[in-house]
Amino acid sequence: MLKLTNLAKYFGGVRAVDGLDMQINKGEIFGLIGPNGSGKSTTVNLICGVFPQTAGTIELDNVDLGRLAPHQRIEFGVSRTFQNIRLFGDLTVWQNLWVAWRDAPGHETSWLVNWFGSPADRRHEIQKLLEFSGLGDRADRPASSLSFGEQRRLELARAMASKPKLILLDEPAAGMNSEEVADLRNRILTMKNLGMTVLLVEHVMDLVMSVTDRITVLNFGKPIAEGTPLEIQNNEMVQEAYFGSAKNVEAGN
Amino acid sequence: MEYYLGITQTIGVHTLLGLSAYVLLLTGQLSLAQVGFFAIGSYVSGILTVIFGWHILPALLVGALVAGFFAFLVGFPALRVKGLMLVVATIAFSEIVRLVFFNVNWRVEVNGLEVGPDSTQGFREIRYFAANGWEQAHVVLLIWLIVILVMVLLWWLDKVRAGAVLRAVGEDELAAQSSGVNLTMVKVAAMTGGGVIAGIAGGLFAHSTTYVDHHTFSILLATFAVSYPILGGLKNVLGTLMAVIFIQGFIIEGLRFMGDYRNILFGLLIIVAMNFRPQGLVDGNFTSDLRKLLRMNQKRGGIDA
Ligand SMILES: Nc1ncnc2c1ncn2[C@@H]1O[C@H](COP(=O)(O)OP(=O)(O)OP(=O)(O)O)[C@@H](O)[C@H]1O
Ligand SMILES: [Mg+2]
Repeated sequence: MLKLTNLAKYFGGVRAVDGLDMQINKGEIFGLIGPNGSGKSTTVNLICGVFPQTAGTIELDNVDLGRLAPHQRIEFGVSRTFQNIRLFGDLTVWQNLWVAWRDAPGHETSWLVNWFGSPADRRHEIQKLLEFSGLGDRADRPASSLSFGEQRRLELARAMASKPKLILLDEPAAGMNSEEVADLRNRILTMKNLGMTVLLVEHVMDLVMSVTDRITVLNFGKPIAEGTPLEIQNNEMVQEAYFGSAKNVEAGN
Repeated sequence: MEYYLGITQTIGVHTLLGLSAYVLLLTGQLSLAQVGFFAIGSYVSGILTVIFGWHILPALLVGALVAGFFAFLVGFPALRVKGLMLVVATIAFSEIVRLVFFNVNWRVEVNGLEVGPDSTQGFREIRYFAANGWEQAHVVLLIWLIVILVMVLLWWLDKVRAGAVLRAVGEDELAAQSSGVNLTMVKVAAMTGGGVIAGIAGGLFAHSTTYVDHHTFSILLATFAVSYPILGGLKNVLGTLMAVIFIQGFIIEGLRFMGDYRNILFGLLIIVAMNFRPQGLVDGNFTSDLRKLLRMNQKRGGIDA
């Protein structure tokens, strides 16, 4: 489904991503891990088109995304969350989803309704997504008034509002307690069941190891290992990259 | 009476200017180009009524559309700059427009009188209203009908999805983009809409004062335009109206005895607002405060709620 070929991004002399080959299959939950500064977020940003790549290609179902603007990539079915939550804080929870909303393929409303429709036109569908996200009773609150966990859930819901085929989660568990991580794990599995493909960037190893199908490990922008969670856990190079064991990194974040 | 009508007129025109900046501020663009669009609207509509003898309404409309067209063109390069750079770039635009009109000389004879833009002398004798028997009260009425129309439109815009998208862009461009918003389209559309509103304001101003020259289109006017929504807050359009009434009605007119010190007061007010009430001095809280106040008065009046 997603195919990165020799992808690279240099910031001046910093080689944030440096020759990344990666292929994610449809319906997979794919983990992308690596130490701080290894280029995980940069990879997500490249796939979303936040900045252009220095070299390499990004293909989604054989469509070259490389030259498309960020909003066009969403039309092709890519969406994301941010490592540092970026909600529209002064908008209501409901409006956050309204802005990102895209009708399911084949059920599109007219351009006119899409732009100038009133909340009533979408009330029902968006409320359903809110209920799913455990935010049913928060609809009319300003997004900034939500608790941290709720904000994370809203950002996830906003990423789902565009009906993506591929959803990129950049450290969705950062700052969460174990209960919230368990809830997140269920949500990610539900996304998979709904037919979405997930790229999970994460430092919380319990989550990554228990939920992903395959993992790529980055170090200094280069892939140093690829395999199933079990293979990665037993890979010496990976353990070295994490300065000892994966558990340390988890504790450090 | 005439004095109060004059102030009402000024407040109406300035409200439109403020609203044109409000639309842009919603998307996070601080623009001083509004006075340039205002100038275009006043010259174009003035030329249409004076030289071509058009009726005021189509002249205002075409003036607004031409201003909107230039705003559309300005919108694209404006995408590339943000914050202070956008302020500087839009000042430059307004100055260019001013200097262009400074050099427009298009004198024609109409009914034995020589009329039209006279370069450095400005554009005088824009006498459509007087020539067609409008009284000042009619002019005030026309201005305020248009102000109300624009306010209702913007109010409606805020209730539909487009309004939420504008605000989303103003809050976080990256998040908006990543939510599927076409930044180019939204920001250029806001610039164009703001240009149209400023263009109408310019047309109304030129015809109600009967003359404009390059002093009219000063950077001070552009500063006023953005300061209204900044002081009034972006909660809704009423904040901008309140700010205009406060500044034009109270500071500029009420404190006339203070002369140019009023401008210092105006500057201080903006600094205070930016530092202590970034959401505006009269924002949504103001309206709810007002509502509470009204309810209190009702109780005092003996009406049990
Ligand atoms: N916009 C940018 N401009 C300049 N340098 C950048 C930019 N974004 C990232 N970098 C640099 O690129 C490198 C990779 O950063 P990136 O954010 O991709 O790491 P990461 O793997 O997501 O790390 P973390 O686990 O801390 O989130 C870092 O050295 C970082 O400083
Ligand atoms: Mg990161």
